[in-house]
Amino acid sequence: MKDLNKLYYILCTMVLLLTANVAFGSTLKVCKTCDYTSVKQAVKQAKPGETVLIENGVFQEYGIEITKPLTILGRNNPVIDGNYKGQIFTVLSDNVTIEGLTIKNIATSYRHDDAAIRVVERSNVRILNNTILNTFFGIYLQYSDNCVVKGNVVTGKDVTGLNESALGNAIHLWYCDNVTISNNKVKGHRDGIYLEFVKDSEVKNNLSQHNLRYGLHFMFSDRNVYTHNIFRQNGAGVAVMYTRDIRMEHNTFENNWGAAAYGLLLKDISNSVIHNNTFRRNTTGIYMESSNRLDIQRNNFDHNGWAVRLLSSCSDDVFKLNNFTGNSFDVSTNGDSKLNHFENNYWDKYSGYDLNKDQVGDVPYRPVSLYSMLVERVPPSVMFMRSFMVDMLDNIEKVLPSFIPENLVDEQPLMSKIDHDNDRKLAQIIR
Amino acid sequence: MGKIIKYVFYDIIRNKIVLAYTLFLLLLSIGLFNLGGSPDKAVLSLLNLVLLTVPLISIVFATTHFYNSYEFIELLVAQPITRKKIFMSEYLGVAGSLSGAFIVGVGAPVLLFGASLTGIYLLLTGVFITFIFVALAFLASVITRDKAKGIGIALLLWFYFALIYDGIVLFILYAFADYPLENATLAMTALNPVDLGRIIVLLNLDVSALMGYTGALYKSILGSLWGISLAFGLLLLWILVPILSSRSIFSKRDL
Repeated sequence: MKDLNKLYYILCTMVLLLTANVAFGSTLKVCKTCDYTSVKQAVKQAKPGETVLIENGVFQEYGIEITKPLTILGRNNPVIDGNYKGQIFTVLSDNVTIEGLTIKNIATSYRHDDAAIRVVERSNVRILNNTILNTFFGIYLQYSDNCVVKGNVVTGKDVTGLNESALGNAIHLWYCDNVTISNNKVKGHRDGIYLEFVKDSEVKNNLSQHNLRYGLHFMFSDRNVYTHNIFRQNGAGVAVMYTRDIRMEHNTFENNWGAAAYGLLLKDISNSVIHNNTFRRNTTGIYMESSNRLDIQRNNFDHNGWAVRLLSSCSDDVFKLNNFTGNSFDVSTNGDSKLNHFENNYWDKYSGYDLNKDQVGDVPYRPVSLYSMLVERVPPSVMFMRSFMVDMLDNIEKVLPSFIPENLVDEQPLMSKIDHDNDRKLAQIIR
Repeated sequence: MGKIIKYVFYDIIRNKIVLAYTLFLLLLSIGLFNLGGSPDKAVLSLLNLVLLTVPLISIVFATTHFYNSYEFIELLVAQPITRKKIFMSEYLGVAGSLSGAFIVGVGAPVLLFGASLTGIYLLLTGVFITFIFVALAFLASVITRDKAKGIGIALLLWFYFALIYDGIVLFILYAFADYPLENATLAMTALNPVDLGRIIVLLNLDVSALMGYTGALYKSILGSLWGISLAFGLLLLWILVPILSSRSIFSKRDL
């Protein structure tokens, strides 16, 4: 009995604490029967620091401008329907939180980029757990820093057959620093997540799929980290261009399949790290152009058309401890890119032996096949894929290499597939 | 004519080689479908089988059969039957029984495990390839009376279509790499039934995404109903040209 009383007191205190908290930064309720029946009105009346609590219901509103630090909170899934009339939320103040709303219906416009939530030149804005449906741009941050975009679901439309200019991006950042984009699910837009001139930001645990162009698009965005994301069935996977110091870890790139699709497209990148990613069933796993000093380790390349297309403009890239399984072509190159280094990878096409049983093959492996060189040089010859002549040429070349790049070679290929979760023992052997 | 075809057919079945061939195909295709993960992959492996072994077995079997039934043909020629009829019945008997073996051996597993448009194309291609290579075998057989020579020519023909031709085309493509070669490649593949068959099936599998611009061009041409009919029309031409020319040689020459 005493215990129960104790529990009761604790509960009471908790409830009181909760109400006290709300009472402290007073709340303006918005619902059909409350004092405020429109979000716009409530936002206008609220004093800085207050909370606008939107109860369930559908609100036909647009053009809501937030000019003071507020918390806009949705309870029981309120819906704000823009009715294709214009932008819904425009944040023009620091320290704003928008949470738990469903925001929908923004018209495609070729003149201005209307978004569900736009943040203009502000900081410490938090956009959390919203559902954004059927919009042109989803969340648009410009010249803003220290923002958080977390747990949002941005869903567009079926993009098949649409024009790139008729679509906006789900999450669009332009000149922003220190932004965290995490746990979002985006699909059906032009680019899933678009970063341009964004520095020191983090993109993690997002799922980006069925976008017309890229799942994630980086331009001129240095020192960013993106980890544990999944990019699936996008027009061309992920593009990272003109940047440096990027960390790409534990991401999954899969089913980016089509005549011009890539898992990861790298163009003019340097000093970056690509670790522990999985590339599965992409037309091209990684396409690298003018990319220098990349550290590509412990990735899985499984069932891609080309696992790696390494153009000769790349140099000082290191491929180490990667698994290459079931790819049509492991590595292809258009010249003799001798400045890159392959070491200790596992290649399922490797047919060498290991006499001293140290798990490292005794014969070097040349990942570039004669046929892939031919295809790179004369694209029409791809029509002879799986012809016996091609298989024969490849095998002869493997025995007596004369055309394939002399220096593009893995001197110490591994004999068995690397289990990346459990490779400490192997790493010791290699060392 | 029907009677002769029936006789040829029975003769081949009594021979048991065709039965062994059926069994071989059946085991291989069932094995491939049970081994690989997706039916698409099995179809891809089967494609290699269809394009390598089916022509080889068709051409060798048809040539030896033709020489072995020379006495029977001579006997028939003594009867009041036109030579054209005799020749065509021989051809249809051999090609029919071999493609029957193919349909049972590969068709049944394909329809059972991986029935798709690609599977149907694979089957059609296999049947066409059988007919084409039996026709080529008959051509080789009527050119010379010498059995060893005939089989030699047949094997050379197989070697040419399965291997050498691709080598030559790849060499040409390499030598003229600076020119736009898409249409030339298309024309050159039409000149080899094995390549034509391979491309018809490959374009319908998802590896077609690897084929870039050329693949897209092929797909735009062969992807339509018209294009597919054109491709199979070309294959039909590959049957008709050798068989008609060998028929006319057979009708005219001294036995």
